[in-house]
Amino acid sequence: MADTMQFDLVSPERRLASVAAREVRLPGVEGDLTAMPGHAPVILSLRPGILTVVSAAGTAEYAVTGGFAEVSGEQVTVLAERGLTRAELTAAVHAEMLAEAKKVADAAHPTVADAAAKMLADMEALGTHINL
Amino acid sequence: MPSLKDLKNRIVSVKNTRKITKAMQMVAAAKLRRAQESAEAARPYAERMNAVMSSLAGAVGSTDGAPRLLAGTGSDKVHLLVIMTGERGLCGGFNANIAKLAKSKAMELLAQGKTVKILTVGKKGRDALRRDLGQYYIDHIDLSDVKKLSYPVAQKIAQNIIDRFEAGEYDVATIFFSVFQSVISQVPTAKQVIPAQFETDGAASSAVYDYEPGDQEILTALLPRAVATAIFAALLENNASFNGAQMSAMDNATRNAGDMIDRLTIEYNRSRQAAITKELIEIISGAEAL
Repeated sequence: MADTMQFDLVSPERRLASVAAREVRLPGVEGDLTAMPGHAPVILSLRPGILTVVSAAGTAEYAVTGGFAEVSGEQVTVLAERGLTRAELTAAVHAEMLAEAKKVADAAHPTVADAAAKMLADMEALGTHINL
Repeated sequence: MPSLKDLKNRIVSVKNTRKITKAMQMVAAAKLRRAQESAEAARPYAERMNAVMSSLAGAVGSTDGAPRLLAGTGSDKVHLLVIMTGERGLCGGFNANIAKLAKSKAMELLAQGKTVKILTVGKKGRDALRRDLGQYYIDHIDLSDVKKLSYPVAQKIAQNIIDRFEAGEYDVATIFFSVFQSVISQVPTAKQVIPAQFETDGAASSAVYDYEPGDQEILTALLPRAVATAIFAALLENNASFNGAQMSAMDNATRNAGDMIDRLTIEYNRSRQAAITKELIEIISGAEAL
Protein backbone atom coordinates (compact mmCIF):
# COMPACT_ATOMS: atom_id res chain seq x y z
CA MET A 1 0.00 0.00 0.00
CA ALA A 2 1.20 3.46 -0.84
CA ASP A 3 2.37 5.39 2.18
CA THR A 4 1.18 8.77 0.95
CA MET A 5 -2.03 10.14 -0.46
CA GLN A 6 -2.92 13.22 -2.42
CA PHE A 7 -4.07 16.06 -0.19
CA ASP A 8 -5.85 19.11 -1.62
CA LEU A 9 -7.13 22.06 0.33
CA VAL A 10 -9.24 24.41 -1.74
CA SER A 11 -11.35 27.39 -0.82
CA PRO A 12 -13.68 29.13 -3.27
CA GLU A 13 -11.06 31.77 -3.94
CA ARG A 14 -7.84 29.82 -4.18
CA ARG A 15 -6.05 26.51 -3.83
CA LEU A 16 -4.17 26.54 -0.56
CA ALA A 17 -2.34 23.26 -0.68
CA SER A 18 -1.79 20.30 -2.91
CA VAL A 19 0.75 17.86 -1.51
CA ALA A 20 1.39 14.19 -0.99
CA ALA A 21 0.50 13.69 2.65
CA ARG A 22 1.17 10.83 5.05
CA GLU A 23 -1.50 11.89 7.48
CA VAL A 24 -4.23 14.49 7.69
CA ARG A 25 -5.97 15.46 10.92
CA LEU A 26 -9.39 16.91 10.26
CA PRO A 27 -11.68 18.79 12.66
CA GLY A 28 -15.02 17.05 12.00
CA VAL A 29 -18.31 18.25 13.44
CA GLU A 30 -18.64 15.04 15.40
CA GLY A 31 -15.04 14.94 16.54
CA ASP A 32 -11.58 14.98 15.07
CA LEU A 33 -10.55 12.40 12.56
CA THR A 34 -7.17 11.39 11.25
CA ALA A 35 -7.09 10.18 7.68
CA MET A 36 -4.22 8.02 6.52
CA PRO A 37 -3.67 6.26 3.22
CA GLY A 38 -6.21 3.49 2.74
CA HIS A 39 -8.84 5.16 4.88
CA ALA A 40 -12.42 4.07 4.20
CA PRO A 41 -14.22 6.58 1.94
CA VAL A 42 -16.05 9.16 3.98
CA ILE A 43 -17.50 12.61 3.49
CA LEU A 44 -17.58 14.70 6.60
CA SER A 45 -18.59 18.18 7.61
CA LEU A 46 -15.95 20.28 9.28
CA ARG A 47 -16.23 22.65 12.19
CA PRO A 48 -14.01 25.71 12.54
CA GLY A 49 -10.69 24.41 13.68
CA ILE A 50 -7.11 23.53 12.87
CA LEU A 51 -6.33 21.05 10.15
CA THR A 52 -2.94 19.39 10.31
CA VAL A 53 -1.14 17.83 7.38
CA VAL A 54 1.89 15.61 7.83
CA SER A 55 3.90 15.19 4.66
CA ALA A 56 7.47 14.44 3.70
CA ALA A 57 8.17 18.18 3.90
CA GLY A 58 7.06 18.34 7.53
CA THR A 59 3.92 19.31 9.33
CA ALA A 60 1.71 22.14 8.11
CA GLU A 61 -1.27 23.64 9.87
CA TYR A 62 -4.23 25.38 8.32
CA ALA A 63 -7.19 27.09 9.91
CA VAL A 64 -10.56 26.35 8.33
CA THR A 65 -13.91 27.92 9.14
CA GLY A 66 -16.11 25.00 8.28
CA GLY A 67 -16.70 23.28 5.00
CA PHE A 68 -16.38 19.61 4.25
CA ALA A 69 -13.83 16.96 3.44
CA GLU A 70 -13.92 14.06 1.06
CA VAL A 71 -11.69 11.21 2.13
CA SER A 72 -10.91 8.17 0.08
CA GLY A 73 -8.10 5.65 0.19
CA GLU A 74 -5.84 7.61 -2.13
CA GLN A 75 -6.83 11.19 -1.56
CA VAL A 76 -8.20 13.76 0.82
CA THR A 77 -9.92 16.83 -0.56
CA VAL A 78 -10.96 19.58 1.78
CA LEU A 79 -13.40 22.18 0.54
CA ALA A 80 -13.10 24.92 3.11
CA GLU A 81 -15.51 27.80 3.32
CA ARG A 82 -12.56 29.94 4.21
CA GLY A 83 -9.06 28.60 4.60
CA LEU A 84 -5.97 30.25 5.99
CA THR A 85 -2.47 29.04 6.56
CA ARG A 86 -1.37 29.05 10.17
CA ALA A 87 0.80 32.11 9.59
CA GLU A 88 -2.09 34.08 8.11
CA LEU A 89 -4.28 33.53 11.12
CA THR A 90 -3.22 36.45 13.28
CA ALA A 91 -5.01 37.74 16.34
CA ALA A 92 -6.61 40.48 14.24
CA VAL A 93 -7.98 38.06 11.65
CA HIS A 94 -9.27 35.80 14.38
CA ALA A 95 -10.96 38.69 16.18
CA GLU A 96 -12.68 39.66 12.96
CA MET A 97 -13.87 36.10 12.37
CA LEU A 98 -15.08 35.92 15.94
CA ALA A 99 -17.00 39.17 15.65
CA GLU A 100 -18.64 37.90 12.48
CA ALA A 101 -19.66 34.62 14.11
CA LYS A 102 -21.00 36.53 17.09
CA LYS A 103 -23.09 38.74 14.86
CA VAL A 104 -24.54 35.67 13.15
CA ALA A 105 -25.19 33.98 16.50
CA ASP A 106 -26.97 37.04 17.88
CA ALA A 107 -29.12 37.52 14.83
CA ALA A 108 -29.78 33.83 14.31
CA HIS A 109 -33.27 32.49 14.01
CA PRO A 110 -34.24 30.34 17.07
CA THR A 111 -34.16 27.17 14.97
CA VAL A 112 -30.54 27.68 13.99
CA ALA A 113 -29.42 29.50 17.15
CA ASP A 114 -27.85 26.33 18.54
CA ALA A 115 -25.81 25.81 15.42
CA ALA A 116 -24.71 29.44 15.40
CA ALA A 117 -23.78 29.33 19.08
CA LYS A 118 -21.78 26.17 18.48
CA MET A 119 -20.04 27.85 15.59
CA LEU A 120 -19.10 30.73 17.87
CA ALA A 121 -17.85 28.38 20.56
CA ASP A 122 -15.78 26.51 17.98
CA MET A 123 -14.30 29.78 16.79
CA GLU A 124 -13.33 30.67 20.34
CA ALA A 125 -11.85 27.24 20.91
CA LEU A 126 -9.84 27.67 17.75
CA GLY A 127 -8.37 30.86 19.20
CA THR A 128 -7.45 29.30 22.54
CA HIS A 129 -5.97 26.31 20.77
CA ILE A 130 -3.37 28.42 19.05
CA ASN A 131 -2.86 30.85 21.96
CA LEU A 132 -4.08 34.07 20.51
CA MET B 1 -16.72 73.73 -45.15
CA PRO B 2 -15.20 73.77 -41.67
CA SER B 3 -12.49 76.30 -41.06
CA LEU B 4 -8.90 75.30 -40.39
CA LYS B 5 -9.33 76.18 -36.73
CA ASP B 6 -12.36 73.86 -36.45
CA LEU B 7 -10.48 70.98 -38.04
CA LYS B 8 -7.55 71.51 -35.74
CA ASN B 9 -9.86 71.41 -32.73
CA ARG B 10 -11.52 68.22 -33.96
CA ILE B 11 -8.16 66.54 -34.37
CA VAL B 12 -7.09 67.50 -30.86
CA SER B 13 -10.36 66.24 -29.41
CA VAL B 14 -10.19 62.91 -31.23
CA LYS B 15 -6.59 62.52 -30.10
CA ASN B 16 -7.71 62.99 -26.52
CA THR B 17 -10.45 60.43 -26.99
CA ARG B 18 -7.90 58.01 -28.36
CA LYS B 19 -5.73 58.51 -25.30
CA ILE B 20 -8.66 57.70 -23.04
CA THR B 21 -9.75 54.58 -24.94
CA LYS B 22 -6.16 53.40 -25.09
CA ALA B 23 -5.83 53.80 -21.34
CA MET B 24 -9.14 52.00 -20.75
CA GLN B 25 -8.02 49.17 -22.97
CA MET B 26 -4.83 48.76 -21.01
CA VAL B 27 -6.66 48.86 -17.69
CA ALA B 28 -9.16 46.28 -18.96
CA ALA B 29 -6.31 44.04 -20.13
CA ALA B 30 -4.69 44.15 -16.70
CA LYS B 31 -8.00 43.52 -14.98
CA LEU B 32 -8.79 40.72 -17.38
CA ARG B 33 -5.62 38.91 -16.44
CA ARG B 34 -6.48 39.16 -12.80
CA ALA B 35 -10.09 38.15 -13.43
CA GLN B 36 -8.94 35.10 -15.35
CA GLU B 37 -6.58 34.14 -12.57
CA SER B 38 -9.30 34.28 -9.95
CA ALA B 39 -11.70 32.37 -12.21
CA GLU B 40 -8.95 29.78 -12.61
CA ALA B 41 -8.37 29.66 -8.84
CA ALA B 42 -12.05 29.08 -8.14
CA ARG B 43 -12.34 26.19 -10.57
CA PRO B 44 -10.98 23.33 -8.42
CA TYR B 45 -13.44 24.16 -5.65
CA ALA B 46 -16.39 24.28 -8.02
CA GLU B 47 -15.33 21.02 -9.66
CA ARG B 48 -14.94 19.13 -6.39
CA MET B 49 -18.17 20.60 -5.12
CA ASN B 50 -19.96 19.45 -8.23
CA ALA B 51 -18.47 15.96 -7.98
CA VAL B 52 -19.43 15.52 -4.34
CA MET B 53 -22.87 16.98 -4.90
CA SER B 54 -23.63 14.72 -7.81
CA SER B 55 -22.66 11.61 -5.88
CA LEU B 56 -24.66 12.81 -2.89
CA ALA B 57 -27.62 13.79 -5.01
CA GLY B 58 -27.49 10.40 -6.68
CA ALA B 59 -27.61 8.70 -3.29
CA VAL B 60 -30.23 10.85 -1.60
CA GLY B 61 -31.90 12.82 -4.35
CA SER B 62 -34.38 10.18 -5.39
CA THR B 63 -35.70 9.50 -1.90
CA ASP B 64 -38.78 11.24 -0.56
CA GLY B 65 -36.91 13.12 2.11
CA ALA B 66 -34.73 15.00 -0.36
CA PRO B 67 -34.35 18.70 0.53
CA ARG B 68 -36.54 21.06 -1.46
CA LEU B 69 -33.54 22.92 -2.83
CA LEU B 70 -32.67 19.75 -4.70
CA ALA B 71 -36.06 18.20 -5.36
CA GLY B 72 -37.89 21.45 -6.13
CA THR B 73 -41.38 22.38 -5.06
CA GLY B 74 -42.96 19.96 -7.48
CA SER B 75 -44.25 22.74 -9.68
CA ASP B 76 -42.73 25.12 -12.18
CA LYS B 77 -45.25 27.91 -12.32
CA VAL B 78 -43.17 30.76 -10.99
CA HIS B 79 -39.73 31.40 -12.43
CA LEU B 80 -37.10 33.62 -10.93
CA LEU B 81 -34.62 35.00 -13.42
CA VAL B 82 -31.43 36.29 -11.89
CA ILE B 83 -29.85 38.52 -14.49
CA MET B 84 -26.21 39.21 -13.82
CA THR B 85 -24.63 41.98 -15.84
CA GLY B 86 -21.91 44.57 -15.43
CA GLU B 87 -22.11 47.76 -13.44
CA ARG B 88 -20.59 49.78 -16.21
CA GLY B 89 -20.89 50.13 -19.94
CA LEU B 90 -18.31 50.79 -22.65
CA CYS B 91 -17.88 47.08 -23.16
CA GLY B 92 -19.37 46.34 -26.56
CA GLY B 93 -22.28 43.94 -26.58
CA PHE B 94 -21.54 42.36 -23.22
CA ASN B 95 -24.50 43.70 -21.25
CA ALA B 96 -26.83 43.75 -24.24
CA ASN B 97 -26.18 40.10 -25.07
CA ILE B 98 -27.02 38.90 -21.57
CA ALA B 99 -30.11 41.13 -21.51
CA LYS B 100 -31.20 39.79 -24.89
CA LEU B 101 -30.93 36.17 -23.80
CA ALA B 102 -32.78 36.88 -20.56
CA LYS B 103 -35.47 38.75 -22.42
CA SER B 104 -36.10 35.97 -24.92
CA LYS B 105 -36.24 33.46 -22.08
CA ALA B 106 -38.67 35.64 -20.14
CA MET B 107 -40.88 36.10 -23.21
CA GLU B 108 -40.87 32.36 -23.80
CA LEU B 109 -41.94 31.68 -20.21
CA LEU B 110 -44.62 34.34 -20.32
CA ALA B 111 -45.96 32.88 -23.55
CA GLN B 112 -46.26 29.53 -21.77
CA GLY B 113 -48.41 31.18 -19.13
CA LYS B 114 -45.79 31.04 -16.39
CA THR B 115 -45.18 33.78 -13.88
CA VAL B 116 -41.83 35.52 -14.15
CA LYS B 117 -39.98 37.37 -11.43
CA ILE B 118 -36.73 39.12 -12.07
CA LEU B 119 -33.85 39.87 -9.78
CA THR B 120 -31.08 41.92 -11.30
CA VAL B 121 -27.45 41.97 -10.29
CA GLY B 122 -25.60 44.84 -11.90
CA LYS B 123 -27.19 48.06 -12.97
CA LYS B 124 -26.67 47.88 -16.73
CA GLY B 125 -28.93 44.90 -17.26
CA ARG B 126 -31.54 46.49 -15.05
CA ASP B 127 -31.56 49.62 -17.17
CA ALA B 128 -31.57 47.68 -20.43
CA LEU B 129 -34.65 45.63 -19.55
CA ARG B 130 -36.63 48.17 -17.58
CA ARG B 131 -38.87 49.17 -20.47
CA ASP B 132 -39.88 45.64 -21.49
CA LEU B 133 -39.78 43.72 -18.24
CA GLY B 134 -39.75 46.43 -15.59
CA GLN B 135 -43.02 45.31 -14.06
CA TYR B 136 -41.53 41.93 -13.13
CA TYR B 137 -38.60 43.33 -11.14
CA ILE B 138 -38.63 42.25 -7.52
CA ASP B 139 -35.17 43.19 -6.30
CA HIS B 140 -31.81 44.52 -7.31
CA ILE B 141 -28.36 43.80 -5.97
CA ASP B 142 -25.88 46.57 -6.49
CA LEU B 143 -22.25 45.58 -6.88
CA SER B 144 -20.92 48.97 -7.90
CA ASP B 145 -19.18 49.53 -4.59
CA VAL B 146 -17.72 46.02 -4.43
CA LYS B 147 -14.03 46.41 -5.12
CA LYS B 148 -13.07 42.78 -5.30
CA LEU B 149 -15.41 39.89 -6.01
CA SER B 150 -15.12 37.58 -3.06
CA TYR B 151 -17.01 34.50 -1.96
CA PRO B 152 -19.01 36.36 0.73
CA VAL B 153 -20.46 38.57 -2.03
CA ALA B 154 -21.73 35.47 -3.81
CA GLN B 155 -23.00 34.08 -0.51
CA LYS B 156 -25.05 37.21 0.05
CA ILE B 157 -26.70 36.88 -3.34
CA ALA B 158 -27.28 33.16 -2.81
CA GLN B 159 -28.81 33.82 0.60
CA ASN B 160 -31.19 36.35 -0.92
CA ILE B 161 -32.27 33.85 -3.57
CA ILE B 162 -32.59 30.95 -1.12
CA ASP B 163 -34.60 33.02 1.37
CA ARG B 164 -37.06 33.85 -1.36
CA PHE B 165 -37.26 30.18 -2.31
CA GLU B 166 -37.90 29.14 1.29
CA ALA B 167 -40.61 31.79 1.50
CA GLY B 168 -42.28 30.14 -1.49
CA GLU B 169 -41.89 33.12 -3.80
CA TYR B 170 -40.90 31.02 -6.79
CA ASP B 171 -40.32 27.43 -7.98
CA VAL B 172 -37.39 27.60 -10.36
CA ALA B 173 -34.41 29.94 -10.35
CA THR B 174 -32.18 30.50 -13.35
CA ILE B 175 -29.10 32.68 -13.47
CA PHE B 176 -28.01 34.55 -16.59
CA PHE B 177 -24.39 35.41 -17.09
CA SER B 178 -21.68 35.37 -19.71
CA VAL B 179 -19.15 32.58 -20.04
CA PHE B 180 -15.70 33.80 -20.93
CA GLN B 181 -14.27 31.95 -23.90
CA SER B 182 -11.79 34.43 -25.24
CA VAL B 183 -11.26 38.15 -25.51
CA ILE B 184 -13.43 38.30 -28.60
CA SER B 185 -15.98 35.71 -27.59
CA GLN B 186 -18.20 35.74 -24.53
CA VAL B 187 -21.19 33.47 -24.57
CA PRO B 188 -24.33 34.53 -22.70
CA THR B 189 -25.55 31.52 -20.75
CA ALA B 190 -28.54 30.51 -18.68
CA LYS B 191 -28.08 28.07 -15.81
CA GLN B 192 -30.70 26.68 -13.50
CA VAL B 193 -29.56 26.79 -9.86
CA ILE B 194 -32.75 25.93 -7.97
CA PRO B 195 -33.75 23.12 -7.96
CA ALA B 196 -30.07 22.33 -8.18
CA GLN B 197 -28.89 20.30 -11.12
CA PHE B 198 -25.61 18.47 -11.22
CA GLU B 199 -24.05 16.84 -14.20
CA THR B 200 -23.73 13.21 -13.33
CA ASP B 201 -21.06 11.66 -15.47
CA GLY B 202 -21.88 8.01 -16.00
CA ALA B 203 -18.70 6.79 -14.34
CA ALA B 204 -19.43 8.41 -11.00
CA SER B 205 -16.99 7.60 -8.25
CA SER B 206 -17.22 3.91 -7.61
CA ALA B 207 -16.41 4.30 -3.92
CA VAL B 208 -19.40 4.21 -1.60
CA TYR B 209 -18.93 6.94 0.93
CA ASP B 210 -19.74 6.99 4.59
CA TYR B 211 -21.28 10.25 5.68
CA GLU B 212 -20.57 12.01 8.92
CA PRO B 213 -23.04 13.21 10.17
CA GLY B 214 -25.78 11.60 8.02
CA ASP B 215 -26.06 12.09 4.28
CA GLN B 216 -29.24 14.12 4.69
CA GLU B 217 -27.56 16.59 7.03
CA ILE B 218 -24.58 16.98 4.76
CA LEU B 219 -26.76 17.48 1.73
CA THR B 220 -28.84 20.09 3.54
CA ALA B 221 -25.71 21.90 4.66
CA LEU B 222 -24.09 21.73 1.25
CA LEU B 223 -26.92 22.77 -1.04
CA PRO B 224 -26.83 26.46 -0.11
CA ARG B 225 -23.06 26.35 -0.57
CA ALA B 226 -23.47 24.74 -3.96
CA VAL B 227 -25.81 27.56 -4.99
CA ALA B 228 -23.34 30.13 -3.69
CA THR B 229 -20.52 28.38 -5.53
CA ALA B 230 -22.47 28.43 -8.78
CA ILE B 231 -23.16 32.13 -8.33
CA PHE B 232 -19.56 32.84 -7.40
CA ALA B 233 -18.38 31.05 -10.53
CA ALA B 234 -20.90 33.02 -12.59
CA LEU B 235 -19.73 36.30 -11.07
CA LEU B 236 -16.12 35.49 -11.88
CA GLU B 237 -16.95 34.42 -15.43
CA ASN B 238 -18.96 37.59 -15.84
CA ASN B 239 -16.11 39.69 -14.55
CA ALA B 240 -13.65 38.10 -16.95
CA SER B 241 -16.14 38.46 -19.81
CA PHE B 242 -16.78 42.08 -18.97
CA ASN B 243 -13.11 42.96 -19.01
CA GLY B 244 -12.53 40.95 -22.18
CA ALA B 245 -15.44 42.67 -23.91
CA GLN B 246 -14.30 46.04 -22.71
CA MET B 247 -10.78 45.37 -23.86
CA SER B 248 -11.81 44.49 -27.39
CA ALA B 249 -14.37 47.31 -27.53
CA MET B 250 -11.72 49.80 -26.45
CA ASP B 251 -9.23 48.32 -28.89
CA ASN B 252 -11.73 48.95 -31.69
CA ALA B 253 -12.43 52.45 -30.44
CA THR B 254 -8.71 53.23 -30.33
CA ARG B 255 -8.29 52.00 -33.88
CA ASN B 256 -11.33 53.98 -35.08
CA ALA B 257 -9.98 57.09 -33.43
CA GLY B 258 -6.67 56.53 -35.22
CA ASP B 259 -8.45 56.21 -38.58
CA MET B 260 -10.43 59.33 -37.87
CA ILE B 261 -7.31 61.28 -36.97
CA ASP B 262 -5.71 60.22 -40.27
CA ARG B 263 -8.75 61.32 -42.25
CA LEU B 264 -9.05 64.63 -40.44
CA THR B 265 -5.34 65.30 -40.86
CA ILE B 266 -5.60 64.76 -44.61
CA GLU B 267 -8.60 67.05 -44.78
CA TYR B 268 -6.78 69.64 -42.69
CA ASN B 269 -3.70 69.55 -44.94
CA ARG B 270 -5.80 69.73 -48.10
CA SER B 271 -7.72 72.78 -46.97
CA ARG B 272 -4.52 74.40 -45.74
CA GLN B 273 -2.95 73.90 -49.15
CA ALA B 274 -6.10 75.15 -50.84
CA ALA B 275 -5.99 78.28 -48.73
CA ILE B 276 -2.29 78.88 -49.55
CA THR B 277 -2.92 78.35 -53.27
CA LYS B 278 -5.82 80.76 -53.14
CA GLU B 279 -3.72 83.42 -51.46
CA LEU B 280 -0.90 82.93 -54.00
CA ILE B 281 -3.34 83.32 -56.92
CA GLU B 282 -4.67 86.49 -55.34
CA ILE B 283 -1.17 87.94 -54.88
CA ILE B 284 -0.05 87.03 -58.42
CA SER B 285 -3.17 88.34 -60.10
CA GLY B 286 -2.90 91.46 -57.98
CA ALA B 287 0.70 91.99 -59.12
CA GLU B 288 -0.25 91.41 -62.77
CA ALA B 289 -3.01 93.96 -62.63
CA LEU B 290 -0.57 96.72 -61.68
